[in-house]
Amino acid sequence: MLFIGASGLLPNFLSCSDAKGIQGNTKKHDITAWVRITEDGQITIYNPAAEMGQGSMTALPVIFAEEMDADWSKVNVEFSPQESDIYGSPGWQPGTKLMFTVGSRTTNSYYTVMRNAGAQARHVLLHSAAKHWEVPLEELTTGASEIVHEKSGKKISYGALVPHLTMPETLPDFTEGGLKDPEDFKLIGSQIPRTEIPEKVDGSAEFAIDLRLPDMVYGVLERGALHGAQPTLTNEADILAMEGVQKIVPFDHAIGVVANTLEAALKAKEALDIHWSDAQATGFNSQDIYPEYAQMASAPKKGSAVNEVGNVDQAFRTAAKTYEADFKNDYVYHAQMEPLNAVIQVAADGQSAEVWVGSQQGADTKLGIPDLLGIPPEAVNVHLQYLGGGFGRRSMNDFVLECGRLAQEMAPKPVKLLWTREDDVTYGSYRPLTLQRLKLSTDAQGDLTGISHCVVGDGGNLVAGGTRNDHYAIPNQWVEWREASHGVRLKHWRSVGHGPNKFAIEAMIDEVAHDQGMDPISLRRKLMADSPRALATLNKVAEISGWDAPVSEGRAKGVAFVEHGSLGTGVCEISVDRNTGKINVHHFWIALDAGVVIQPDNVKAQMEGGIIMGLSSVLKEQITIMDGQVQQRNYDDYPLLRMQEVPDSIETVILPSAEHPEGVGETATPMVAGAIANAFLKLTGKRLRHLPFTPERVLEVLNS
Amino acid sequence: MSKFSLKINGKTQEVDVDDNTPMLWVLRDHLKLVGTKYGCGIAQCGACTVHLGDNAVRSCQIPVSSVGDQEITTIEGLSENGDHPVQQAWLEVDVPQCGYCQAGQIMSASALLKRNPAPSDEEIEAAMNGNICRCCTYVRIKKAIKTAASATRNA
Repeated sequence: MLFIGASGLLPNFLSCSDAKGIQGNTKKHDITAWVRITEDGQITIYNPAAEMGQGSMTALPVIFAEEMDADWSKVNVEFSPQESDIYGSPGWQPGTKLMFTVGSRTTNSYYTVMRNAGAQARHVLLHSAAKHWEVPLEELTTGASEIVHEKSGKKISYGALVPHLTMPETLPDFTEGGLKDPEDFKLIGSQIPRTEIPEKVDGSAEFAIDLRLPDMVYGVLERGALHGAQPTLTNEADILAMEGVQKIVPFDHAIGVVANTLEAALKAKEALDIHWSDAQATGFNSQDIYPEYAQMASAPKKGSAVNEVGNVDQAFRTAAKTYEADFKNDYVYHAQMEPLNAVIQVAADGQSAEVWVGSQQGADTKLGIPDLLGIPPEAVNVHLQYLGGGFGRRSMNDFVLECGRLAQEMAPKPVKLLWTREDDVTYGSYRPLTLQRLKLSTDAQGDLTGISHCVVGDGGNLVAGGTRNDHYAIPNQWVEWREASHGVRLKHWRSVGHGPNKFAIEAMIDEVAHDQGMDPISLRRKLMADSPRALATLNKVAEISGWDAPVSEGRAKGVAFVEHGSLGTGVCEISVDRNTGKINVHHFWIALDAGVVIQPDNVKAQMEGGIIMGLSSVLKEQITIMDGQVQQRNYDDYPLLRMQEVPDSIETVILPSAEHPEGVGETATPMVAGAIANAFLKLTGKRLRHLPFTPERVLEVLNS
Repeated sequence: MSKFSLKINGKTQEVDVDDNTPMLWVLRDHLKLVGTKYGCGIAQCGACTVHLGDNAVRSCQIPVSSVGDQEITTIEGLSENGDHPVQQAWLEVDVPQCGYCQAGQIMSASALLKRNPAPSDEEIEAAMNGNICRCCTYVRIKKAIKTAASATRNA
């Protein structure tokens, strides 16, 4: 691999007319650091982002191929090397680069990077053809993997140009001009099947959990059910005497066992006799904490300001009417289908390591392994694998560090660390439990004049996101966070704070509409008057859902709006079984503005998956903690929504747009709770304010 | 440890493992057939689904000693070139997202269509209810099963 500087130029490029440079027509030749080509025209484009089902393996190369004018039928895709300097997208700070597949940032942050890189690859090909034919570069045009010199009638395919490749001295920065007019896009916006789907259908797609290396041993850890507790192993000799057990490795939070086979490691884990210390979470009962949170929300001292617009106190003082309600949500678990795992091999001298892992975290920290082993980052080689689901859980590196510690003990043998499903549930890092106190004010005309949103809970940014109302013209807004802390492990969970906070905002707006006798969509139309893109999604979803048409007996529709980069409004149609308390969601409609859409069908897939994951969490999912002990173990006591409860239809309309692309992975999920609560209010006149809406809770509300 | 002779994907394979070792670990860690996935270990998620004879079963609950001479089929043996009608439909509909559960989904769906070539929506839902997909590709799974059913009928 030849490396290039930040400009994307290969400093030591070899002309392939050199006989030594040509090793048959299947040898891959670098055009730039992003793309290689063979003489028979096969093009390999690098994808710099993790692939966890969101489609980065296709979307990013499509953007690149569009500007390169590559024939898509000849494109193969590989993961890029884990080198942020070359393959990163703009980071949080100006001038920094990042490889970090989180926050629905992949297409948004790589759109310009991939366009520029694709245009630069095309420029190298144009330059080479101009030299080869001795004509001015400006006289050349490109078609699908082909360069044309119209004046002379000459044509050459990209593959045929390989022996004549020469590098220009500099590569232009096409972000300043020279990128395609979006009107001319051929690949972007078209129907292109995802590149990695065939191997996910024939079973050959490789996840880290599937790796087996020579001499590999298996590691498992027992971490207990009380987060933060420290273990004391009381039967070490018995465990070491078990068949296949090679080593016991103590951690602050766990006892690790390494064995010859997975079965032997699991058997030893079962047999561990561990005494656990108390921890911060000892005595904590998650379901009893809400009255305390409500008291905290009532305390006179304000919390940390998250957002302030106008003067909300004055709005409340001068209001014709005010509304106040508390919304609650329990802990939620990621439940990605591939349990956490990694394979790591540390060299015998401890001075280098190979890491195979499915991670959202990318190259930037090398997953903490250099610090763990006390070696430089360049001595750690990360082999990124497909992720069997991420949803935020694989943006943490806790499991990678555990595996690194085991591999350090077992060096040079490679170690595969596997979390059982029980480990994954019980030692999870959950979406935080929170209480949202919302207060709204209206003037004499019934218009909203103020909104105060107080979030109580543990987790800072994890709980404070999704509280702004930039697309609602409410002149006075105040958002604050009041901190609680219980020692329970927490992490980003698909759509993060947007889930609980959009629920509270959207449900509260409908409570006002209900009280004022206003149609929820009419009220939102007024609120969105200054935000035409948001308003267009509202109007479109009203149209496709037949909002104004009568609904069949026993059913009702509810609406919710979400901004998460992209803007989306959703409508659901529900019924409720008043005997069992079960909510049935029959249809979901979404109108979405995501700017330029690279792969429309994949965006629809993200909407379908996002809605159903939202339904699962809103109707069923709940981690509970008693005396600090996590109560759930596996899918039997942490049920997920299954096929029988999927709506009859989920319809998505993507609004056409020429704006910069925005992420779509987390826009659908936070619509669900608000839309259901609002449909439920219309259907029953009762208010659902505590997630999840389990049948027991629904019955309680119906009977209240 | 005991020696077992197993008929897997049309071939006979020998393994030397404990009698109660689940077939899931035999397939994955002893025979390198890693298309069959571990998801829960308690028959709740369906990621480990294989065919035992013509039936879809959860391999995490099948001790190696109980298999005898019954034929086992895994995703690797479902078709020669990944072109079983169910697999073709999965490609046509672009079903998978992360893909981890999909071998199990495909094995459940192919067993369903073998015993019932024209399943109703309710029959599809009942047959597939044991397979979890956290990316929630259920809409497309259902669509692909109908596509495969109709392709098989018209073939």
